[in-house]
Amino acid sequence: MWRSSTAERDGRVPGGEALLTVDGLRVEFATRQGVVRAVNGVSYRIDPGETLAVLGESGSGKSVTAHAIMGLLDTPTVRVPAGEIRFHGTDLLGLREDDRARIRGRRIAMVFQDALSALNPVFTVGAQIGEMFRVHEGLSRREAERRAVELMDRVRIPAAAQRMYDYPHQFSGGMRQRIMIAMAIALGPELLIADEPTTALDVTVQAQIMDLLAELRRESGMAMILITHDLGVVADSADRIVVMYGGRVVESAPVHEVYQAPAHPYTRGLLESIPRLARKGRALPAIEGTPPDPLAMPTGCSFHPRCSYRQDNCVTDAPPRYRIGPTRDSACHYWREVLDGSHG
Amino acid sequence: MGRYIIRRLVQAIPVLLGATLLVYAVVFALPGDPVEVLAGDKRMDPHITAVLRERYHLDDPFLLQYWHYLTGLFHGDLGVTVSGGSVSDILAGRFQVTANLAMTALVMEAVAGVGLGLYAALRHGRAQDSLVLAATLVLISIPPLVTGFVLQLLLGVRLKQAGIDLFPVAGLAEGWRGYLLPGLVLAGTSIAYLTRLTRTSLVETLRADYIRTAIAKGLPRRRVVGRHALRNALIPLVTYLGADFGTLMGGAVITETVFNLPGIGQQLFTSVSLREQPVVVGVVTLLVLVYVLANLVVDLLYAVLDPRIRYE
Amino acid sequence: MSETTVERQGRGKHARRGRYSPGGPWRFGPPRAASLWSDAWQDLRRRPMFVGAAFVIAVFLVMAAFPWLFTSIDPHDAATCHLSEARQGVSDLHWFGTDNLGCDVYARSVYGARNSVVIGATTAALTALVGGLLGLFAGFAGGALDALLSRVTEIFFAIPSVLGALLILSVFRTGSVWTVVLALAVLAWPMTFRITRAAVITVKGQEYVLAARALGASSGRIMFRHIMPNALAPVIVVATINLGTFVAAEAGLSFVGVGLQSPDISWGLMISDARRRFLEAPEPLLFPALLLSLTVLAFVMLGDAVRDALDPKLR
Repeated sequence: MWRSSTAERDGRVPGGEALLTVDGLRVEFATRQGVVRAVNGVSYRIDPGETLAVLGESGSGKSVTAHAIMGLLDTPTVRVPAGEIRFHGTDLLGLREDDRARIRGRRIAMVFQDALSALNPVFTVGAQIGEMFRVHEGLSRREAERRAVELMDRVRIPAAAQRMYDYPHQFSGGMRQRIMIAMAIALGPELLIADEPTTALDVTVQAQIMDLLAELRRESGMAMILITHDLGVVADSADRIVVMYGGRVVESAPVHEVYQAPAHPYTRGLLESIPRLARKGRALPAIEGTPPDPLAMPTGCSFHPRCSYRQDNCVTDAPPRYRIGPTRDSACHYWREVLDGSHG
Repeated sequence: MGRYIIRRLVQAIPVLLGATLLVYAVVFALPGDPVEVLAGDKRMDPHITAVLRERYHLDDPFLLQYWHYLTGLFHGDLGVTVSGGSVSDILAGRFQVTANLAMTALVMEAVAGVGLGLYAALRHGRAQDSLVLAATLVLISIPPLVTGFVLQLLLGVRLKQAGIDLFPVAGLAEGWRGYLLPGLVLAGTSIAYLTRLTRTSLVETLRADYIRTAIAKGLPRRRVVGRHALRNALIPLVTYLGADFGTLMGGAVITETVFNLPGIGQQLFTSVSLREQPVVVGVVTLLVLVYVLANLVVDLLYAVLDPRIRYE
Repeated sequence: MSETTVERQGRGKHARRGRYSPGGPWRFGPPRAASLWSDAWQDLRRRPMFVGAAFVIAVFLVMAAFPWLFTSIDPHDAATCHLSEARQGVSDLHWFGTDNLGCDVYARSVYGARNSVVIGATTAALTALVGGLLGLFAGFAGGALDALLSRVTEIFFAIPSVLGALLILSVFRTGSVWTVVLALAVLAWPMTFRITRAAVITVKGQEYVLAARALGASSGRIMFRHIMPNALAPVIVVATINLGTFVAAEAGLSFVGVGLQSPDISWGLMISDARRRFLEAPEPLLFPALLLSLTVLAFVMLGDAVRDALDPKLR
C-alpha cells in the first residue's frame, strides 16, 4: 500500500500530467538522543497550475518534505533512506548536485517563513533579486537591476526604483515578504513552495500577501504548494489539501470536501478548533493531548493516544491510506465513523 | 552613518583620556619621590633634578601635572629623558620599524588565519577540521619568546648550514626581508585566534536562513559560500584584525628584542633595563594612542561592512 | 587571550536544557547546576585531550610543590654550579646540559616550575574573583553601576596587557612574585568582568529566573542560587585558559627584565640568561622553553576541553 504510486491512489490517470510527485519519502535526522524520523513515508502529488495546501502542526514533517523537494537537506545529520521526488517524471533525489541547482530557483522556487532572516542582511534587495538574472541568465548588472525593479513593481513595492538600493532591515515585514516573493517568481518557476509565508506577519498584512500570491498564480499559471498550520488560510486559496501528522499524510482530499466532512479524526479536530461566529458563546474545542515525541512515536496509528475513535487495533496496526472517494483518501481505520459523525 | 561616526569619535575621547591618565598615574602618582623613580638606580645630578622638577611641574597638584602632560602630548611632545633628550625624537625613527613589523604580522595573520579558518569551516566536523583546531591550540600555547628563538635556530642556523638561506634572522641589514621571520613570530598566536574565529564565524553563518535562501535560489556553491556567507562572516574578523593591530604593536617588545630590530619595542626593552622612565611612559602612551585609533578605524570599517549599523 | 573568542563562550549556554522535540512543548525548568556539571564531567572523562592535559598539569603541580622529588641537586646552592663545566650539552649527569655558569639546567628547570605555577594560579584566581564578582554585580544590578564599571573596563582594554604590566613593574624597584601577580591582575580583570556580565545578563532573562522572581524570591537568593551557578561556567573556562597565558606572560616579563629577578629561578629568566650564547649552546634556552610551552599548552587544552564539555553546541 505504502509503495503504490500516488497517482493510482489519488484516482487520477497514471502517467498524466503530474508536475511533481512525492512518493514514499522518508527523512531521518540524527540527534544526540537518537534518530528522529521526521518524514515517514509521505506521498503526495501536485498537478500543473494547482494549489496544494499541506497542513499540519510544527513537527509534522511538512516543512522537511518541502526542503527535500528543494534539495536543502544537504547536511551530515540528515538521511533520506527511501522515497522518490519526481519532477516531470525525473527523480530529483537521483540527480547530480549541479543538475539540481539548475532546477532550484529557476523551475521550483521557495518562499520562506521569516523574510528578515531569510534575506541576506548585507546586500541591497535590488542586488538580491537581480542576482537571479545575473547568475541564471547571465544578464549585465544594469539589465539585472532593471528587471529587479520590474519585479518589485509587480509585487507592489512602492517607489521600487529607489527602494531597490535599500537593505532588508529597512523594510516592513510585509514588504520583506513581497521581496522574497519577487525573488522566487523572478525566473517564472513552474512550482512555488510557500512555507508558512504569512505566519510571521500581522493579520491584515497576511491577507494582502495571500491575495498577492493568488494573483501571481492566476497570471502565471504556476503551481503552488502552500505549507501552513492555519486552516483559515487554506479555504480561499487551495484546490486540494494534504493533512500531515507525525511525519505521515493522514488525509488527502479536495478542499471543499474536507471542509464539508473531514474523514480523519485529526482533520476533524483541526476544523473544530477554528473560531466561527456561529459557535459564539460555546467553548472552543481543542485537540486533547500533545503532539507525539518524534523520538518515541506511538505504535500503530500515531494519532491514537489523542483519538476519541480509538479501538484496540489502532494501537497495533498502522492504518493504510484508505481510498474513500475518487480523489480522496484517509489514513484512519474508522474513517466511515468519522465521516458519518461529521455529517451528523 | 554620520551620526554613528560622530558617536564613535565622542566615545573614544573618555577612553583616551582615561587610559593616558592611568598610564601617567601609575608612574608619577605611585608613592616615592617621582624624580627618584625617574632616575632609577642612577645618581642624580642636582641640576638635572631641578630641570626635571621644573619640566614635570612636580610641585603642582597631580591633575595639573597630568594636564601639562596631556597638552604636551597634543603637540607631539612625549617629555624628556633623564639626560635631557626629547623622547619624541628618540622614538620618531623607531616607530616606523615597529609599524612595518606589525603591518607585516597583520598581513600574515589575515592570510593564514582566514585561510586556515575557511579550510576548517568548510570541513566542519571532519578530520581536517580537528587537525586545524589542534594546531591552533599548540600555536596559542607557544609564547613568541619561544617560537622566536626556535625559528631563529632552525631557519637561521640549521638551514643555513644546509645551504638554504630563506630569511635573515636578525636585524634589517637586508631590508624588508628582515621583517618576515619576526613578523611570522609576532603573528603566531594571533593566527591561531583568527583561525578559530574565522571557523566559528563561518560555521555559524553557514547555518543562517539567508544561506538556505541562497541555495534555494539555485546559486552555485562557490557563490553561496564565497559571497553570501563570507561577506557576513567577515564582519567580526575585521573587528578582530583591527583591534589586533594595537596588540601586535605592543607585542613587538619581545619580538624586536629577540630579532634585534631597532623599533620602539627594542627601545622599551633598553629603557626598562636603563630605568629611563620617561621613555617607558612615552612608548606605552604612544601604543595606547595607536590602539585607540586602530579601534576607531575598526568601528568605521564595521559601518562600511554592516549596513544595519550604517543606518542605525 | 582574544576577547571575541572568549565572549562567545557565554552564549548558547542553555541550549541543552530543553530536549529537542519538534512540535513538542519545551520543558522549561531551572537547569540543575549539579546535573550540568556532572554531565560535563562524564563527557570530560572520555576526552583524551582532557585526560592528557590533566596529567601534565598534575605532574607540574607536584613539581612545583616538591621539586626535590625530581632532582637531587638544589639549584639555589651555588656550590652545585661549576664554571669549568659551563655550556655542556646533554649528558647522563646533566640531562638538559649546563648553562653559562655551569649550573644544571634540569634542576633549575624543575625548580622554575613553582614560580610559574604560583604566579599563574594566583593571578587567575584573583582575576576570576575580582572580575567575576564585579561582573556579577554589574550584570545583575544594571543601571549606573553597570555603566560606570563598563566604561572603566573600556579604559583598561585600551592598554595592551603586556605593556601595562611592564609599565607597572618598571615602577617597582625589584620584581617579585607578588608584584608580578599584581601587575598582571590589574590589567586582566576587565576581561573576566565582561564575560561574567554578559553571562549574567543572558541568564537573568531566562524564564526560570523570571519565574523565581515572580514567585517572590529575594534578589540575593536569585543572584546566588540561580544566576551565579549558571554564570560560573564561562568564568571557570576563561580562568583556566588565562592561567596558561599568565604563565607565558610571567616568562615574557622576566625576559624583558621587569619580572622576577635573579637569584629567583624562573623559566623566563633562564631564557633571558641563555639568549646571549643561544646559537652556540641552545640547550639552556630550549629546555625551559619546552617546559614553559608544555605548561601553557596543558592549561589552554584543559580550558578548551572544559568549554566543549559545558557547551557542546559551540563545537
